[in-house]
Amino acid sequence: MTNFLSFPRLFSILLWLAGGLVILFLIAPIVAIVPLSFNAEPFFTYPMPGLSLRWYREFFDSNVWQLALKNSIIVAVFATLLSTFLGTLAAIGLSRPSCPARATLTAILISPMIVPVIVSAVGIYYAFAAVGLLNSLTGLVLAHTAIGAPFVVITVTATLASFDHNLMRAASSLGAAPVEATLRIMLPVIAPGVASGALFAFVTSFDEVVIALFIAGSEERTLPRQMWSGVRETLSPTIAAVATLLILFSTLFLATIQWLQRRAERQKIAHRD
Amino acid sequence: MVIATMNDGDEARIADRTRVKRLGSAKSKAQLRALLLIAPLLIFLLLVFVLPIAVLLTRAVDNRAASAALPYTLSALSAWDEESAPDEALFAAFATDLKQSPRDQIAEVAKRLNYYETGMRSMLLKTARTIRNAKPPYNAAFVAIDPKWETPHYWTLIKNASPPFTDYYLLASLDLERDASGAIGRVSAENAVHVDVLIRTFVVSASVIVICLFLGYPLAALIARSKGAVANALLILVLLPFWTSLLVRTSAWVVLLQGRGVINSALIWLGLVDPAHPLDLIYNRIGVLIAMTHILLPFMVLPIYSVMKSIPPVYLRAASSLGAPPMSAFLRIYLPMSMPGVSAGGLLVFILAFGYYITPALVGGPGDQMVSYFIAYYSNQVTNWGMAAALSTILLVAVLILYAVYNRIVGIDRLRIG
Repeated sequence: MTNFLSFPRLFSILLWLAGGLVILFLIAPIVAIVPLSFNAEPFFTYPMPGLSLRWYREFFDSNVWQLALKNSIIVAVFATLLSTFLGTLAAIGLSRPSCPARATLTAILISPMIVPVIVSAVGIYYAFAAVGLLNSLTGLVLAHTAIGAPFVVITVTATLASFDHNLMRAASSLGAAPVEATLRIMLPVIAPGVASGALFAFVTSFDEVVIALFIAGSEERTLPRQMWSGVRETLSPTIAAVATLLILFSTLFLATIQWLQRRAERQKIAHRD
Repeated sequence: MVIATMNDGDEARIADRTRVKRLGSAKSKAQLRALLLIAPLLIFLLLVFVLPIAVLLTRAVDNRAASAALPYTLSALSAWDEESAPDEALFAAFATDLKQSPRDQIAEVAKRLNYYETGMRSMLLKTARTIRNAKPPYNAAFVAIDPKWETPHYWTLIKNASPPFTDYYLLASLDLERDASGAIGRVSAENAVHVDVLIRTFVVSASVIVICLFLGYPLAALIARSKGAVANALLILVLLPFWTSLLVRTSAWVVLLQGRGVINSALIWLGLVDPAHPLDLIYNRIGVLIAMTHILLPFMVLPIYSVMKSIPPVYLRAASSLGAPPMSAFLRIYLPMSMPGVSAGGLLVFILAFGYYITPALVGGPGDQMVSYFIAYYSNQVTNWGMAAALSTILLVAVLILYAVYNRIVGIDRLRIG
C-alpha cells in the first residue's frame, strides 16, 4: 500500500522535473535575449557591464530598419485585409450545406499552408518575374495574402461549424435579404473567428522571410528580411533590441488570441443555453 | 378504371418529375451560391499560388531551349547517323542558327549543354561570337574556331538536347543519368550530391521528431494532469515561443550558442570549459538540432496534450485497482491511448521539418543544409531552373505523401491552430 501511494508521488515529481526542464528550454532563449538588448557593450555575455538604450536608439535612428519596419507594416496590413475578406467569404461558402466538392475545394484553399514555403517562394518568384511584380510591395502583398488566407479559412470555418443555420432561415423568414442576414446575423456571431483569423494572417505576413528573400529588393526589405541579413552578416545587439520588441508584440498577440478564444467559447456556451 | 389509374399514375409521375426538377434547380442554385462565395479566393490562389508553382514544376522536364534556339541545326541533325563526320550542310545549318537566334537563347542552350559536358558552354559561346563574321564553307570556319567541332561526340550532345521534354533534371536530382545508349545509371561519385542531401534532410527531420517526442511527451502529460490556472499557465508558456517570430528564436539561439555566446561564457565562468577552446555548439548539426527542436516542439506538445486531455483518469485508476503496477498501467493503458496524439504531432513535425530552410541556413554548417537550401541555391545563385524545379518536385511530392498519411490518420478537419 505504501508502494502504491509513494510511487505516483515520485512519478509526479519526476514529471514536474522533466516538464519544468522542457519549459525552461522553450522559454529560456526568448527570455535570455531580452536583457542583452539593454547591454551597454556590444557583447552577448552575462554579467553585463552596464545598461543602455543605445541599441534601441540605433533601431529607431536607422533608416534601413525604419524602412523595413514600415514595409512590414504596410505589407502585413494590406495582406491581412485582403486575406480576411477573401478567406471569410470562402469559409462562409464552404460551410454552406449546399457546397459541392467541399473536400477538394478545402484542400486547394489551404494548400499554401501545406506546400513547403521554399517551393512557394521559388514558384512565386519565377511567375512574378514574368509579370513584373518582383521588387514591389504589391507583389509581397499578393504573395502574403495567399499564404495568410488559409489561416482565415480555417479559423472562420471552425467558428461556423457551431453556427446555427436556423438563425439564417429565421432571418430570411422575417424578410431579411441574404446579404443583410449575413451582415447582421452571421457576421456578429463569427466575428471572434474572423478576428483571430485576421491576427494569424497578420502575424504570418509580419514574420514571413523566405518569400521576402526571393521577391523583395533592397527597397522592399521587411523586418524579418532585415533580421536575416543581420544574423548572417554582422550580429549586433540591435538584433536583440528588435527581437525584444517582437517578443513584446507576440506576447500582446497571444493575449489577444486567448481573449478572443475565451470570448468565442463563452458565446458558444451562451448559445447552447 | 384501368385507364383512369394509368392517367393518375402519369400525372403523379409528371408532378414528381417537375418537383424533382424544381428541387434540382433549387439545389444547383444553392450550390452555385456557395461556389460564388468561394470563387474569389479560389481564383486568387489559382493565379498567385497554384499556377506559379505548376509553371515552376514544368521546368523540371522542360527542354525547349535547344529547339527554340537551334531549329535548323536540329532538323539537319535528325537525318544524321551520329557516327559519320558532320557534313557541310550541318555546319551551314548551325551557322544560320547561331547568326539568327538571340544571344540569350544561345546562352541558355550553352548553359544547358554544359550540364552534359563541362566546357561546352565556353566552346559554344566562343563559336557563336566568332561565327557571325564567317562565310561559307562553314566546315573550315568551325574547325578553325575549335577543332572539337570535327568530333561527332559534340554533335551527339546537341542532338540529345533536342527533345522538348527531358528526364535529365529529375534523374539528376536522384543522382542518376542516362548514358549514350539511353540506359539509366548512377552519376560519377563527385557529382552525386543530391541523394546525400535527401538522406540528410530525412535524417535531420527524423532526429528532430525523436527529440521532440522525448521532450514533448512528458511536458504534454504534465499539462494534461494539471488543472485550472496551472494548466493554463503551462499552456501559455508553450504557446509563447510558438507565436514568437521564427527569426527572433533563431537569432536567440545564435546569441546563446556562439563561441563567445551566453552558454559558452557561462561554462567558462563555471570552469567547465577551457576559455581557449569553447564548445562548438553552432554552425554544425548540434546547432541545427537544438534550434529546430525548439521551433517545432510546440507542434509536438499541442496535439499530444489534446489527446491526453481526453483520456479519462478513471481508466488508470481502474488498472491499478485491478493490480497493475504504475509502470504497466502506463505502458498498457496510457501510452496506447495517447498514440493518436503522438502520430499526429510526429507527422506534423515531420511535414514542417522536411521543408525547413531558414533555421539550418542560419545555424547550420555546410554539411547541414537540407533540400530547401539546394532549391534556393539552384534558383538564386546558379540559375539552374531545371534542377530547382526537379528538387522542388521531390520535396513537394514527399510532403504531399506525408500529408496524405496525416489526413488518413488524423483527418484534415482536425487541423487546428492556436
